[in-house]
Amino acid sequence: MLKAWLFIAAIVLPAGAALAQEGGAIPLLSAGTDINNVASLQRGARDFMNYCSGCHSLRYLRYNRLAADLKIPETEMPANLMFTSDKVFDPIISAMPADSESWFGKRPPDLTLTARSKGVDYIYSYLHGFYVDPTRLWGVNNLYLPGTAMPDVVAGRQGLQKPVFKSESGDHGAATMIITGVESMTPGALKPEEYDQFVRDIANFLDYAAEPVKAKRQSMGIFVTLFLLVFFAFALLLKKEYWKDVH
Amino acid sequence: MAAAPESAGTGKSGGFLHWIDQRFPLTSLWNEHLAKYYAPKNFNFWYYFGSLALLVLVNQLVTGIFLTMNYKPSSAEAFASIEYIMRDVDWGWLIRYMHSTGASAFFIVVYLHMFRALLYGSHRKPRELIWIFGCLIFLLLMAEAFMGYVLPWGNMSYWGAQVIVSLFGSLPVIGGGLVEWIRGDYYIADATLNRFFALHVAALPLALVFLVLAHIMALHEVGSNNPDGIEIKKHKDAEGIPLDGIPFHPYYTVKDTVGVAGFLLLFCGVIFFAPSFFGVFLEEPNFEPANPLQTPPHIAPVWYFTPFYAMLRAVPSAFGTQIWGVLVMGAAIVVLFFVPWLDRSPVRSIRYKGPLTKIALAIFVVSFVTLGVCGLKPPSGIYPLLAKICTALYFAFFLLMPWYSKIDSVKPVPERVTDHA
Repeated sequence: MLKAWLFIAAIVLPAGAALAQEGGAIPLLSAGTDINNVASLQRGARDFMNYCSGCHSLRYLRYNRLAADLKIPETEMPANLMFTSDKVFDPIISAMPADSESWFGKRPPDLTLTARSKGVDYIYSYLHGFYVDPTRLWGVNNLYLPGTAMPDVVAGRQGLQKPVFKSESGDHGAATMIITGVESMTPGALKPEEYDQFVRDIANFLDYAAEPVKAKRQSMGIFVTLFLLVFFAFALLLKKEYWKDVH
Repeated sequence: MAAAPESAGTGKSGGFLHWIDQRFPLTSLWNEHLAKYYAPKNFNFWYYFGSLALLVLVNQLVTGIFLTMNYKPSSAEAFASIEYIMRDVDWGWLIRYMHSTGASAFFIVVYLHMFRALLYGSHRKPRELIWIFGCLIFLLLMAEAFMGYVLPWGNMSYWGAQVIVSLFGSLPVIGGGLVEWIRGDYYIADATLNRFFALHVAALPLALVFLVLAHIMALHEVGSNNPDGIEIKKHKDAEGIPLDGIPFHPYYTVKDTVGVAGFLLLFCGVIFFAPSFFGVFLEEPNFEPANPLQTPPHIAPVWYFTPFYAMLRAVPSAFGTQIWGVLVMGAAIVVLFFVPWLDRSPVRSIRYKGPLTKIALAIFVVSFVTLGVCGLKPPSGIYPLLAKICTALYFAFFLLMPWYSKIDSVKPVPERVTDHA
């Protein structure tokens, strides 16, 4: 039995290690979100509705589900969080008209599942990644999504950022400027730590939106595991009892 | 149910069971396959995976039925209907995760089950048909898993289907027409999704269940092998019961219950704490709806196909066609069917085989896992070379088996089984 487990471990561990080492161009920041922090989720919901939901839908999330999960009374919803619908059972659909593609070159994507398709760290990083780039339509580019079609709607809070370059010799010996990061250019309404928390709350909320059952699933999992441990112990005792007479 | 058939086994007691037994062989089925099916008493850890595969099959069938009640097999609605199941259907998220995790669990237990057969020679005469039914089950399982993976209609579903279905296009002459016939359209479309749904929920599960029954019936006809690879039927007591055999029920039903508990701990651990298993069981791009105009950054099949996918990519195109990779991938499955006749060793179990066989099996396992890793990675850096080497080693294990299994040294095989756990 132990030999078999060691065998499986010897096979699986190197494979897992090989899969773990992924290299990206610019490493993502760590979001440090906590799906069980209801206050953070509530702030994230508020900030999402105020800063994001004008353009981005959460088409698979209903207002009343959000209210129930985030412990917000449904009566509070219409005045504070519902800007495009007056029915609390509606999904969260942005105010964007169908022809918004002509405004941005791309329809603002639905964000319900972004935390699962790209990850919370990506969302957190992306909202830290805007920098001034006069060549772009909206005057900004993004470190983590080069060529982004989105305007810098968080500039007022974060302030403006400028890119940091380093020089690198290219294929033909000519020097090329490589962007390595961003730095603050003008201060915004929030201090850097406050802005981090603001973005962390939104990322946390989008993590919730991507899988509303996540927190419940994890807390249920603890009880399921405890039950199975007890079940395992009894099954083992039963087996030993039955097998006493096998020699 | 456990106690009733035994007490009424003779049929003398009358009552309901007697009434049934007069009309349907309930008691004799029970005895033949459980209460009086004598299994060797020395089954070890590796023998859990057969019953676990059955458990996962039942899990997939039952959760699948409930998913079908809410899933919409149409390209316009499929993706949203999955999110509907995840959010609005009571316990839908649990049913869906049980099904998606079950798919990966199925392959884990089946791969370990197959490895057990290689380890102890469970495919050797007279168990060749059990092995062949098993290989057919594996083949059908791959088709079943592939079509199931397309149903959520995420972007990886779409492009995975695109890549796999296109493989048939490399066949000469009929390739183009065949691909069109499979898709039912000129590209992966609503018609494709609809027919994959039909095959996934009706045709293939039906065939799978029949094959599993045949697999078990063939097993119970000849009796189980064991870690010593010897026939327990050679030594019987006065009543014709193998001396090293114990009734499957209750001994192995209680023992397998321990296995089930251990398995469920891991299985539920994934379901409740890491249902996407770090992007391996549920891949990130599949949380975006199918988009025929945008490929995911890196298309890879789900992990359980990647060893074969790596072989496909390892073989370069030659003479203006890419069919060679497809043929190699197909051969990697076909060669499995011949294993009972490739193994020429006078003994069945690895315990009594020599160093050549042990080294060969170790190299095979390492190459198979390495191929799996290569198939998950983009084909750059060291991976293409690794995949080529491991493809060669994979086939060497099988094609050289008649030779190394014959000349390898063997240890004396005991008359009776050596231990039990």
